Amino acid sequence: MARFPGVDYLLIDSLLSEQEKMVRQTARQFVDEQVVPIIKDHFREGTFPKHLIPEMGRMGFFGANLTGYGCAEMSNVEYGLLMQEIERGDSGLRSFVSVQGALVMYPLLTYGSEEQKSKWLPKLQSGEAIGCFGLTEPMFGSNPAGMLTRAVKDGDSWILNGEKTWITNGSVADVAIVWARTEDGIRGFVVEAGTPGFSTSVLHGKLSMRASVTSSLAFTDCRVPGSAMLPGAKGLKAPLSCLSQARFGIGWGVIGAAMDCYETARQYTVTRKQFDDKPIAAHQLVQLKLADMITEITKAQLLAIHCGRLKDEGKLDPAHISMLKRNNVAIALDVARASRDLLGGNGIMEEYPLMRHLCNLETVKTYEGTDHIHALVIGERVTGVPAYK
Amino acid sequence: MKIIVAIKQVPTRDSQLNVADGGKWIEEDDLTFEINEPDAYALEEALQLKERDGEGEVIALCLGPSRATQTIREALAKGADRAIHIEEEQLEGLDTLGIAKLLAAAVKAENPDLILTGLQSDDFGYGQTGVVMAELLGIPHATIIMQVEKQGNAIKVKRELEDGWFQNMTIPLPALLTIQSGINKLRYATLMGIKKAKTKEIKTVTASDLGVPQGASATLDKVYMPQRTKQAVIFQGGDDPAKAAAQLVEKLKFEVRVI
Ligand SMILES: Cc1cc2nc3c(=O)[nH]c(=O)nc-3n(C[C@H](O)[C@H](O)[C@H](O)COP(=O)(O)OP(=O)(O)OC[C@H]3O[C@@H](n4cnc5c(N)ncnc54)[C@H](O)[C@@H]3O)c2cc1C
Repeated sequence: MARFPGVDYLLIDSLLSEQEKMVRQTARQFVDEQVVPIIKDHFREGTFPKHLIPEMGRMGFFGANLTGYGCAEMSNVEYGLLMQEIERGDSGLRSFVSVQGALVMYPLLTYGSEEQKSKWLPKLQSGEAIGCFGLTEPMFGSNPAGMLTRAVKDGDSWILNGEKTWITNGSVADVAIVWARTEDGIRGFVVEAGTPGFSTSVLHGKLSMRASVTSSLAFTDCRVPGSAMLPGAKGLKAPLSCLSQARFGIGWGVIGAAMDCYETARQYTVTRKQFDDKPIAAHQLVQLKLADMITEITKAQLLAIHCGRLKDEGKLDPAHISMLKRNNVAIALDVARASRDLLGGNGIMEEYPLMRHLCNLETVKTYEGTDHIHALVIGERVTGVPAYK
Repeated sequence: MKIIVAIKQVPTRDSQLNVADGGKWIEEDDLTFEINEPDAYALEEALQLKERDGEGEVIALCLGPSRATQTIREALAKGADRAIHIEEEQLEGLDTLGIAKLLAAAVKAENPDLILTGLQSDDFGYGQTGVVMAELLGIPHATIIMQVEKQGNAIKVKRELEDGWFQNMTIPLPALLTIQSGINKLRYATLMGIKKAKTKEIKTVTASDLGVPQGASATLDKVYMPQRTKQAVIFQGGDDPAKAAAQLVEKLKFEVRVI
């Protein structure tokens, strides 16, 4: 069993506590033993490794930084390190954990009724139940404010109509958090799988995130009880607050993918020989690539730790998270491409994780706010002028 | 059952080792450490015994420098109830007897029903610590244990012998067992366990607290990398492979003495 040695050029571990390192270690070991050996098969076959769900639940991976209902109550740095290790395994697996924790458990905990919380949170925490988050629609991606899905009050219940797409875990979920327009703005609904009028279909043909299930959700006169509405979630800022949680995790997660790519390339270049029996690592252009990669990874690690500490102090705001998500995804993609290049022909093979990470990261660049959208958030923060429209 | 598991912190497997100045031990500055592998299985066995019993206590006992707290915390995170840390900065100054005396003194104060250790340590590799400890405590022991089952006031164990042979035996409690690697499935530390570990007791004691006089009857003289003596012989049989084969057989028979 190959054990991941970690990537730490700048003694960044000295910024971590013993407990933080233990969290990383247990996640690292889980990924080395349970994920790395099997993930390429799942990516190839386009299947999610669902047999890992109970163990991940037992280990406390779901909603790890939340409090109560059996959650692990980790700090945000610990949660980030967890995301990093999981995404080192695969972005699809990290997506599963992000959606379950940040996009389903978080809104239930933050905006849900006591009944909703006690019904769903323990099961979601243990992995007995799976959740999904339906915000994006066919006509509204980057601009969810335009959503067409509607919820209309009918006596004691609500009637939902509309379509959501690109929904991670959509067709395997037991419960969906669905965002819909009502008379008084955008509201969130807890919709159980099997509710009449609610159907899902798997999106086939993805060349990215192949080890993750992505689906469309359709609501046709779907009647849910009045108690299905999240009482505390009013307006678009509620789903956006969930996205902030998930994006924070992504900013850490992609470092894991980048670390895996970099370390694979580093090891490869010191053993592979070309020209005068010299390892390719001995050629200056190769070293330049490695130097660029490790520098960017190190900067990304520092950005992530700083954001994590700010979040623990309650000082991290969405515009900070935009910088974290945008920068770290972009450098992870660059690292994945450069690593792929350094392995030559081998770089495209499934025996190595590079092409898989590279393809996955293309999704990560798009979902949870595209690179452009986060640039606009940062732009608005520094100029005071919104430029979305 | 009250179970004590002796755990040791050793350099991570596959570490790049260098001999320290003075030639008495290895450079430790750049190393990372982890629980000695067979000890991890001993700990798991103890936790499973407690779970099967539905009651009892698992105490992790570690002799080692202050950095060993990390390994102790991991044991607590996996489920040990509390820990005793005999803090001793330089283990390499002790021999097996010295180590066993310290461990035995700490054990005596606890009066456990069962003591588990790993079969051997991945660094010193003496393979005697558990046995000597049992002798000092005056209790029965069994080594290279593959299976443990509690039977009333005794314990039934399966020992690994050579050539695929096993030995089953029942021994009265209290007893000491040295555990073989790979006998169970190691659990992962859960995030909840890691958090809870912080609240569990680690009692730190020193050799003088335990009343064990310092001093070793054996001393470690020198640590060195295996000397590489390269000896390659090519048998030039020419066109006649039978002649080369005959030469090879002769060498193997009379010089290397393996056939
Ligand atoms: C695998 C996968 C899983 C997903 N999981 C979920 C999920 O679980 N739940 C969920 O709700 N959604 C999910 N999504 C949806 C995701 O969030 C959207 O794809 C994303 O928000 C972008 O929307 P879009 O695809 O419609 O692209 P568009 O919004 O059409 O964007 C296309 C391009 O136009 C650019 N663009 C758009 N507007 C502007 C502007 N104002 N200025 C500059 N450039 C602009 C974008 O940056 C992008 O480059 C998932 C997506 C994928 C691929």
